[in-house]
Amino acid sequence: MATQHSRSAARFMMAPAVILLLGWMLVPLTMTLWFSFKKYLPLRGGDLGWVGFDNYVRFVSSSSFWPAVQATLVIVLGVLVVTVCLGVLLAILLDQPMWGQGVVRILVIAPFFVMPTVSALVWKNMFMDPVNGLFAHLWKAFGAEPISWLSEASLFSIILIVSWQWLPFATLILLTAIQSLDSEQLEAAEMDGAPVLKRFWYIILPHLSRAITVVVLIQTIFLLSIFAEIFVTTQGSFGTRTLTYLIYQRVLESQNVGLGSAGGVYAIILANIVAIFLMRIVGRNLDA
Amino acid sequence: MGRITLDNVTKSFGPVQVIPPLNLTIEDGEFTVFVGPSGCGKSTLLRLIAGLEDVSSGEIRIDRQDATHVPPAKRGLAMVFQSYALYPHMSVRRNIAFPLRMAKMDQAEIDRRVNSAAEVLNLGDYLDRRPGQLSGGQRQRVAIGRAIVREPAAFLFDEPLSNLDAALRVGMRLEISELHERLRTTMIYVTHDQVEAMTMADKIVVLRAGVIEQVGSPLELYRTPRNLFVAGFIGSPRMNLIEGPEAERRGAHTIGIRPEHIEVTEGPGAWSGTVGVAEHLGSDTFFHVHETGLAETITVRAGGEVGFDHGDRIHLTPREDLIHRFGADGLRFE
Repeated sequence: MATQHSRSAARFMMAPAVILLLGWMLVPLTMTLWFSFKKYLPLRGGDLGWVGFDNYVRFVSSSSFWPAVQATLVIVLGVLVVTVCLGVLLAILLDQPMWGQGVVRILVIAPFFVMPTVSALVWKNMFMDPVNGLFAHLWKAFGAEPISWLSEASLFSIILIVSWQWLPFATLILLTAIQSLDSEQLEAAEMDGAPVLKRFWYIILPHLSRAITVVVLIQTIFLLSIFAEIFVTTQGSFGTRTLTYLIYQRVLESQNVGLGSAGGVYAIILANIVAIFLMRIVGRNLDA
Repeated sequence: MGRITLDNVTKSFGPVQVIPPLNLTIEDGEFTVFVGPSGCGKSTLLRLIAGLEDVSSGEIRIDRQDATHVPPAKRGLAMVFQSYALYPHMSVRRNIAFPLRMAKMDQAEIDRRVNSAAEVLNLGDYLDRRPGQLSGGQRQRVAIGRAIVREPAAFLFDEPLSNLDAALRVGMRLEISELHERLRTTMIYVTHDQVEAMTMADKIVVLRAGVIEQVGSPLELYRTPRNLFVAGFIGSPRMNLIEGPEAERRGAHTIGIRPEHIEVTEGPGAWSGTVGVAEHLGSDTFFHVHETGLAETITVRAGGEVGFDHGDRIHLTPREDLIHRFGADGLRFE
């Protein structure tokens, strides 16, 4: 973009996309803010006027708020730990030359293509069903009592399902990072007397640190808003009510749009706090 | 001590044999250079010695002990890679200390060795920097530092200067030669640059397609190349190779005469030709002479002040006692 003319032409051509995106973001945001200051009960009298910060106070002081925050954090952190650890291992495995590499890589990526609703239903009915699920059969084969996963180990089950969906993403990013590692560095470490595990710890892992931060950043943003997996499995019961699900319940089940909107604003603030922290960590890592 | 012996060593990648049976002895303390065009197997040979590749058959002995199946770290060799292979997330100090930490040496000894290596290589001011903040020459020195702290039986260099600019390369060449003078440790150095080979080596090993063409001191190779390949590869600019009547008159299939062994005169001489490109280096001038009736181009070296220009007719007189004669099989004979 060298000249004045080409610069203004570029702005002009970008304008429609920018305006569309801005509208897409600003309209819902303004409406959420608008409703959050109102008492608005669609089936019980409709718009009942302005109430100031009443909704905000009620949302936080509700007995289900802190458990929801806790459930959200447990799920996000659990999924991050599982996907990053397994992702690193899988990436190293897939980096080894082997027969049928192309097919295996596509198979590994496959879960990412499955819709969250579908994958959660598949897990719920085919694996975790206490009567007909594969896990139940496996447990019975060893003479153990089948576990009803979604009620007895509900958070763990949700983490398992979501991790399965996000593992391909982590693996893919980490695999490309591993492939960019200069093989001479590994050879140098080998000659310097570092055995396999130390080569992993001192050479591969530091090399992956940047890719890991990217995975953590992107996944956190998406994991804060997981919904379908909870909706089709536990419906928010057994301690799996996350912040996102709580907001949904306030708006659609309690038909309290004002209260739900206030929760939405909290969620925006929370997401931004997380994003700022992560950007600072990533920024530091990307500089080095 | 670092005497390295290769005994009938071969290497195949799948069905392709890149190194046919090869025998070579590198004496303790010798600076040996493997030189050859790209793809001649010189780097593979170095990696076989290092243990980064397994030999397909044959035996490698280091200090008379069989090292053929010994893992790289246990061979007591240190390698300097073409890309330097520094660990980018560690400071220079930690890079140099890495092999010592892996050997579980105690911290005081590590510090002592790192500091003395840093002193030898003038790295004292950079110990706390990351490799990314160093220039090419400094990175090269860090890589060498990481090799010398281990006090290895032999150093292996894999084209270590090819990523440096010309001026720096000359400087590092001297530094490595000086390092060898001081340490008197066996060094094996791989390069495709015959100037590096000539200036640094005690012994040059010329390779082509995995086969050793000749082994000898730089001057031996210069004075008595065993065949046409070595004659053409060693020496800069290349030796002039002439076939036809001039060769037959001297009882050979091909004769070779180095550019510096031809006298250039305006007056009468043995051969004559037209000056093409004249390269003035200040100290020397290289003339590329055409239309001699001998070969497409004859290169000659003259003094820096000899002022022939493009298109001038000149006369050339070779020094008869320095003409190399080669048979139809490419081998040199007296």
